[in-house]
Amino acid sequence: MSDAATTSATPPAPRREIDLRAVAPFVALAALLVFGALVNPNFLGIDNLTNVITRSAFIAVIAVGATFVISAGGLDLSVGSMAAFVAGTMILFLNAAPVEGGVPMIALAMLLALGVGALCGLANGLITTVGRIEPFIVTLGTMGIYRALTIWLAEGGSIAMASRDLRAAYRPVYFGDVFGVPIPVLVILAVAAIGAFVLYRTRFGRHVMAVGSNEDVARYSGIKVDRVRTITYVIQGLCVAIAVLVYVPRLGAATATTGLLWELQAITAVVIGGTALRGGVGRIWGTICGALILELVGNIMVLSDLVSEYLIGAVQGAIIIVAMLIQRSLARR
Amino acid sequence: MSALAARSATAAAPVIAVEGLAKSFGPVEVLKDIRFDLRPGEVQAIIGENGAGKSTLMKILAGHLQPTAGTIRLGGEPVKLAGPVDAEHRGIVLVHQEILLAPDLTVAQNIHLGREVRRGLTLDDKAMNRSAREALDGLGAAIDPRAVVGSLSIAQRQLVQIARALLVPHRIVIFDEPTASLTPHETEALLKVIDDIRRRGVGVLYISHRLPEVKLLADRVTVLRDGRLVGTYEAADLQPADMARLMVGRDVSKLYPDRAAHAAGKPILEVEAMRVPGYVRSASFTLGKGEILGFAGLVGAGRTELLEGILGLRAAEGSVRLDGRPVRFSDARASMDAGIVYLSEDRKGKGLLLQQNLRTNLTLAALDRFTRGALLSPAREEEALTGAIRDFDIRTRRRDLLAGQLSGGNQQKLLLAKMMLLDPRIVVIDEPTRGIDIGTKEQIYRFVAKLADDGKSVIVISSEMPELIGVCDRIIVMREGLVAGEVSGAAMNEREIVMLTTGAGEKEAALAVEGTGP
Repeated sequence: MSDAATTSATPPAPRREIDLRAVAPFVALAALLVFGALVNPNFLGIDNLTNVITRSAFIAVIAVGATFVISAGGLDLSVGSMAAFVAGTMILFLNAAPVEGGVPMIALAMLLALGVGALCGLANGLITTVGRIEPFIVTLGTMGIYRALTIWLAEGGSIAMASRDLRAAYRPVYFGDVFGVPIPVLVILAVAAIGAFVLYRTRFGRHVMAVGSNEDVARYSGIKVDRVRTITYVIQGLCVAIAVLVYVPRLGAATATTGLLWELQAITAVVIGGTALRGGVGRIWGTICGALILELVGNIMVLSDLVSEYLIGAVQGAIIIVAMLIQRSLARR
Repeated sequence: MSALAARSATAAAPVIAVEGLAKSFGPVEVLKDIRFDLRPGEVQAIIGENGAGKSTLMKILAGHLQPTAGTIRLGGEPVKLAGPVDAEHRGIVLVHQEILLAPDLTVAQNIHLGREVRRGLTLDDKAMNRSAREALDGLGAAIDPRAVVGSLSIAQRQLVQIARALLVPHRIVIFDEPTASLTPHETEALLKVIDDIRRRGVGVLYISHRLPEVKLLADRVTVLRDGRLVGTYEAADLQPADMARLMVGRDVSKLYPDRAAHAAGKPILEVEAMRVPGYVRSASFTLGKGEILGFAGLVGAGRTELLEGILGLRAAEGSVRLDGRPVRFSDARASMDAGIVYLSEDRKGKGLLLQQNLRTNLTLAALDRFTRGALLSPAREEEALTGAIRDFDIRTRRRDLLAGQLSGGNQQKLLLAKMMLLDPRIVVIDEPTRGIDIGTKEQIYRFVAKLADDGKSVIVISSEMPELIGVCDRIIVMREGLVAGEVSGAAMNEREIVMLTTGAGEKEAALAVEGTGP
């Protein structure tokens, strides 16, 4: 009869195959490592790998937040613009130098960044839930708003950290290490561990999954759906802010192009990691794995002459499509 | 209507015959050694409990699934059905239980979906509207082919779906629980439609849980139990109670539990002048402690909406008093905290997360009981699942299944278990046994009676009058958003209820009861 009839007749997928989907990103990561090693012997060097992981920190951290939003059945396209906006306000605050001393200044600026990120996320969440508007549209709108605000604050140019001392004091947050482990790597691990804990082990995490699986069932089960949804956007905002905390010491500036296409990369990382775009399934460690895959692919392209590195965006775009196709075929089998 | 079954089919050569049919999913054998035949101009009912293998059998016959063993003969010829399209080409059409129509397209567009009539490069809407109208007229359905499907009632959509299925040349029509969500009047109309199809010499396979309906309509009855054939019987020789016994394998003539007539306890929930915009104009009632209160009425009378309004699940205004104190519930959490739970009639859409496992579903509403601080305790959840599987007799091969993989009856038991974890004082169950087999029905009725015996109060909303009469102490009848009346004691019979639900006089009510009663 119709297509719908055919699919409804397929027997439900047994459990084992869902586990296969959870493992797939890690298999892909391993395969990529082997491939990289074959292409360039320097690839597997500790220096190169820590470098790759360090650079994946922004996307990895943002993608952890995106895992929450997407698991709850939402979507946030504004993360890249939001990152630029948070970075811009943070640097302006540092440049205004309202308090004495390098460390207190930076600490205060960090708090401000987290606050601004949370508020940006809250705005996304409230407009989506109270206004009952598709998150795609809401965050498409705020994507434009946050980006334009950044450009306006920068007066069309860039916002750079003015104080040389502050720069020096803040620098270790991106370039420093603890017992040889770069701080951004520690940040990834910490954010992912907290994210996994919240999503898998707490009542809130269970509510996120329930809302993403079926909003009506969640509502009839006494879950405050709007509140859960909104909080996922706030978590996304906080994750963006944490990524910015690591990003600012790297370049010390925010420009019109800061965070450009980060939303594409974050969503790609989440999807590669095995989280379902329709909601109800969230895989934090898969997301981290997805972010690493994206960065590794870029790294391999630079280290090899297979494809021009100008095509990195195209390859990443292709990866999200291929990842979806693989997920689909694993689900069908 | 009772004349329908009297006409027995001619003993012509069967249009379809199966022999030794078997189907396994991996190691699980769901059908074994099934044999039956269907004659032209015959309605044959296939009955069995949930999980007996009816759906699998129908899916094999409609080409959706391949049998593991056995032969299918069409008009004497052994055939292999390559897929649903192949089956349809050979004249086998399946009318699905679920409505599979595009709500934003018109009736004619849906009926012709995938087989559009074209004139040159463009669609010939006129021809399609005309043929859709003819198809609907053939079913005696006064539906405008240009109407948008989303604006039709469930019963009308059902008819559109049937018209769509019958548009292709057919020898065999399979109906999968077509009356599950229809009111008695709509059911009666549909049975007439099916009777007309039979008169045209088409073979009809009819799956239903409603045994009185089967008795009325079917020429023969084939009974399945646990994937095996129990037998094929002349419908004239069987009473609904016999069918139930054959399906379940034991005597279930006593479907409804005994309940000592007792005076309702003191009022616990008092509702006054409740208004739910668009559904309920004004409704008042009182629920006593330890009472089972029924809500009867046609679909659209506002029963579900009234209770959802009271419990904070949809916008409503009016006065609600719990234990004499005025309350106002803003959402389900608030009513749950006050000790009232609601089990939706829409189990799959509002009751359970079909894509999540049993444990997640079980504890979802009462998650607070399974946390230490903010931390979940999976071990305690597993314990609760063990308890629920035992106490509610949830039959599942494995406990790590997804809720969507359970049969309807077991889903209902899981939903009951989920809400009972909240330890409620008032339980509202909407259509407690829709789409559920008779053995499970009996268990659910006993459970409801036990709740009341334990001093809890129960509200049952149902479209099945025998169920309300069998289970409830008192029944409130709603019509068009108003309370039309209340029956209890000796007045609690189908005739009284039909009079109130339809607003009909004595005579019409009597006719309606004869048409649809057991």
